[in-house]
Amino acid sequence: MSGIGVTDIEGLIGVEQYVEVGEFPVEQGYIWTTCSSVENGNPLFWDDQVAKEVTGGPIAPPSMVSVWFRPHHWAPGRTRAALPLQIHFDLKEGLGLPEAVMSDNTMIFHEPVRPGDILRTSQILRSVSAEKTTRLGTGRFWVIDVEYQNQRGELVAVESYTGFGYGRAGSDAADAAPTAGQKTGAGQ
Amino acid sequence: MTTKTTPTWLLGDVHVGDTLPELAYPVTATTVVLGALAARDWRPMHHDKDFAVNRNGTRDIFLNTPNQAAWFERFITDWTGPYGRLQRMTFRMLGSVFPGDTMVFRGAVTDTGVDPAGCGWVAIDISLSVGDDAKTTCKARVALPVSGQDNPWRRKGDQWQP
Repeated sequence: MSGIGVTDIEGLIGVEQYVEVGEFPVEQGYIWTTCSSVENGNPLFWDDQVAKEVTGGPIAPPSMVSVWFRPHHWAPGRTRAALPLQIHFDLKEGLGLPEAVMSDNTMIFHEPVRPGDILRTSQILRSVSAEKTTRLGTGRFWVIDVEYQNQRGELVAVESYTGFGYGRAGSDAADAAPTAGQKTGAGQ
Repeated sequence: MTTKTTPTWLLGDVHVGDTLPELAYPVTATTVVLGALAARDWRPMHHDKDFAVNRNGTRDIFLNTPNQAAWFERFITDWTGPYGRLQRMTFRMLGSVFPGDTMVFRGAVTDTGVDPAGCGWVAIDISLSVGDDAKTTCKARVALPVSGQDNPWRRKGDQWQP
C-alpha cells in the first residue's frame, strides 16, 4: 500500500495489516546490550539460576518487545529502507501530512519473550480523528496498535501508538521541533 | 551454586503514597547512541547532531522512545526486584532529553489491588524530569506476589490479566 486516502480510512479501522515475522530470533546479546544501556541489573537477565527459579528460564525485558520487530538497516535485495509501523507512513502520505510526532505509547505485556522466540507482528489502525489544529500545525491524530505473538501463537504484547500527522504552522523549524516521543520519522 | 530468590516486596507491604527510590543519571552522547542502537533505532536524530540540529530543530541528539521505556522498566524493577512483573506502561512525551542533561526519575504508588484472577498489582506514576521540566510521564502497573508462595511470572492464560 502506498498511502491511505481520506475515503479509505473507515474501511481500514480494525483491519489487521502488515503481518510480518521478525527478521531474527530473540537473542541474548541484544538483551545484555539493552540492559547495559540503562544499567539494568535485574538478575532475571544476568543470572541463569535466578531466571530458572523465577521465570522458568531466561527472558527478555518486557519493554524490549519492539526491538524484535525493527527491521535491519539493510538486507540483501532490499532497495529501500524498511520502515517499522508502516501504517503511520501510509497515513502521512495518503493524507498529505508531511510531519508527524508520536505523543503517547502504551505497552501491555502478556507471555514473556524468551531467547530463540521469533515474533510475528501485525498492525491495526484503531482511529483517525477529524482535522485538528495544535501548536505544531493542522493535522489529524491517529491510533495504531501493534500486536506481537510468539511462534506458538501466544500473544506476548500489544503496543498502542498515538500519532499526530500535520503540516507545519510556519517556516520556523523550532515550531516543528519533535518531542522525544517522535518515533517513526517526523522530520525525515 | 544453589540460591533461593525471595520477593523484595509482597503486595501487602506496599501502600498508596509510597515512593520509589529516586534515580538520577547524567546523560551523555554515549547514553543516547548506545540506547538507540540497543533498540535497533537507526534514525539519525539519535546519533547525528548535525541532522538533529539542522533538520529537527533540536539542540542536540536526543533519547529515543524505546530506550526511555527501558529506563522506566529499570526504574520500576530496581524497586520491585525480579518478582515484579510488568503488566502495562503508558508514556506521554513532553520534551526531549539531551546529552548534558541529568535526568531524574521519581515515582509514587497511586493504587493497589488484586484482580479477579487473584493477581496482586500496584499502579505507579513516574516522571522523568530534567531540572524543573517534566520530559516524560509514565503510568505503569506491575504485578507483585500476594504471598511468599505466589509468583506472578507463573501466571498464564486467564490467570494473567494485564
